[in-house]
Amino acid sequence: MTELSYLAAGVLFIFGLKGLTSPRTARRGNQMAALGMLLATIVVVVDLLAMDAAMAWGIVIAGMVVGGTIGAVLAIRVQMTSMPELVAAFNGFGGGASALVAAAAIVATGADFATETATTTALSLIIGTVTLTGSFVAYGKLQGIFTGRPIAVGGVLTNGVLAGLSVALGVVGIVTGEPLAYWGSAVVAGVLGVVGVIAIGGADMPVVISLLNSLSGIAAAMAGFVINNQALIVGGALVGAAGMILTVEMSVAMNRSISNILFSGFGGGAAAEDIGTKPVKRATADDAAITLGYAERVIVVPGYGLAVAQAQHAVRDLALALEARGVEVLYAIHPVAGRMPGHMNVLLAEADISYDKLLDLDQANPLFPRTDVVLIVGANDVVNPAAKTDPDSPIWGMPILNVDEATTAIVVKRSLSPGFAGIDNPLFYEDSTLMFFADAKAAIEETTAALARL
Amino acid sequence: MSDVFIQSIVVFVLASFVGFEVIRRVPPTLHTPLMSGANAISGITIVGAVIAAATGTGWVAGVLGFLAVTFAMINVVGGFLVTDRMLEMFKKLPGPRK
Repeated sequence: MTELSYLAAGVLFIFGLKGLTSPRTARRGNQMAALGMLLATIVVVVDLLAMDAAMAWGIVIAGMVVGGTIGAVLAIRVQMTSMPELVAAFNGFGGGASALVAAAAIVATGADFATETATTTALSLIIGTVTLTGSFVAYGKLQGIFTGRPIAVGGVLTNGVLAGLSVALGVVGIVTGEPLAYWGSAVVAGVLGVVGVIAIGGADMPVVISLLNSLSGIAAAMAGFVINNQALIVGGALVGAAGMILTVEMSVAMNRSISNILFSGFGGGAAAEDIGTKPVKRATADDAAITLGYAERVIVVPGYGLAVAQAQHAVRDLALALEARGVEVLYAIHPVAGRMPGHMNVLLAEADISYDKLLDLDQANPLFPRTDVVLIVGANDVVNPAAKTDPDSPIWGMPILNVDEATTAIVVKRSLSPGFAGIDNPLFYEDSTLMFFADAKAAIEETTAALARL
Repeated sequence: MSDVFIQSIVVFVLASFVGFEVIRRVPPTLHTPLMSGANAISGITIVGAVIAAATGTGWVAGVLGFLAVTFAMINVVGGFLVTDRMLEMFKKLPGPRK
């Protein structure tokens, strides 16, 4: 009966994931997955209640109340802009929980396992711990607690040595049944998570979070092997595989391989020294309003700066004002705009901007030559023509939005500082580019006001 | 290897393939909620955490069990709630673009 209920939970997870792949069914899908989780949790409690042994229910209840409250408060209070960080943090907790399940099994048995169980215990411990520390470093980078730039602690070799050491200690634990070896492998894995992620540039964090998400699934599945529980194995394997596919899709969008992202320390090393010395054309709100107000077609390119400034509603208001003047307003969303794929879509959806106005890369690029004004709000790397023109650029080959083909580009940006990837952007120095230096929200609101005066 | 373990490997491999197939070709729009939702599902480790916490004896096991349940609950409750918040906003839109 227990196994059948877990099967039902697994089926709910599959339907849930399937639902999440289409906008119409996504919310229901998420609810089905949540229902599956509730079912699995009830089943395990009922199952334990049916056993004739003393159970430490106080600890279970305390953990559920504390964890549930923290999770709910974080989820309800988070700003939509901070979503990627929060997903990273939740992910870290999930990985940590799997590592703790393995740790509890080691304590409970004194690490006296059959070889196969010992192997999965070590894997759950190692992968779970890497997920825990790696996710929190990713969180810190996105929150700005650490610099977004890559901090090379020692490169590929260090990562390799740490991974090798962690696995070697795990193997010692498996062979000798010595708990200390397991703990050692976990500690090294924790260091690996920190060192591995801290060396990756902030621009690549979405891919890293996705990969860590996949790892947290695998850690859960391994924990399932340890305690011989099918619900963990099914749920964990689903997430592990789904997360892996997502990771690959994201790196394809950036035209980079996963190993390149993980090990190249991309972003930041090559900050050009001549930033700020080349002349740019500056624009005021009135200039922007005139340029926009007499255009036929405007394409808005949102980026992380829009998210930071909470400018999505201001952009919507500007678009409404332009549309009232007969200007067509569309939005071009780069696959990796923001800090997470789909991040911009979520933000624009929050501001009630209609789906059919959002263009993806392949839809937007053919339109740019027939577009009067491109309004770039807080985006940088995704419109950097160096990706097409400079083979030495770290982002060489990445598909970008070809905004330089539009008649005019207005760039709303706080300063000339390079983007998250730390690369100078030649677009800013083009003759057809107007630079509007201001906070995105203030700039857009001023432009809307100036438009009303036209 | 025990039969139970081999059976578990079968389940693991098949579930992985289901995961691969289900996620194929998702519009980028939904990548964030999908990642967030999948992340919440990885909180299934709550089941293991509850077992560990309930059956553990001694203070070390108690602390580990408490932390495991707490962490897993943060992942599960936070993950599903935040995904729902994101998707709620999608619902207000006229419908998917064709």
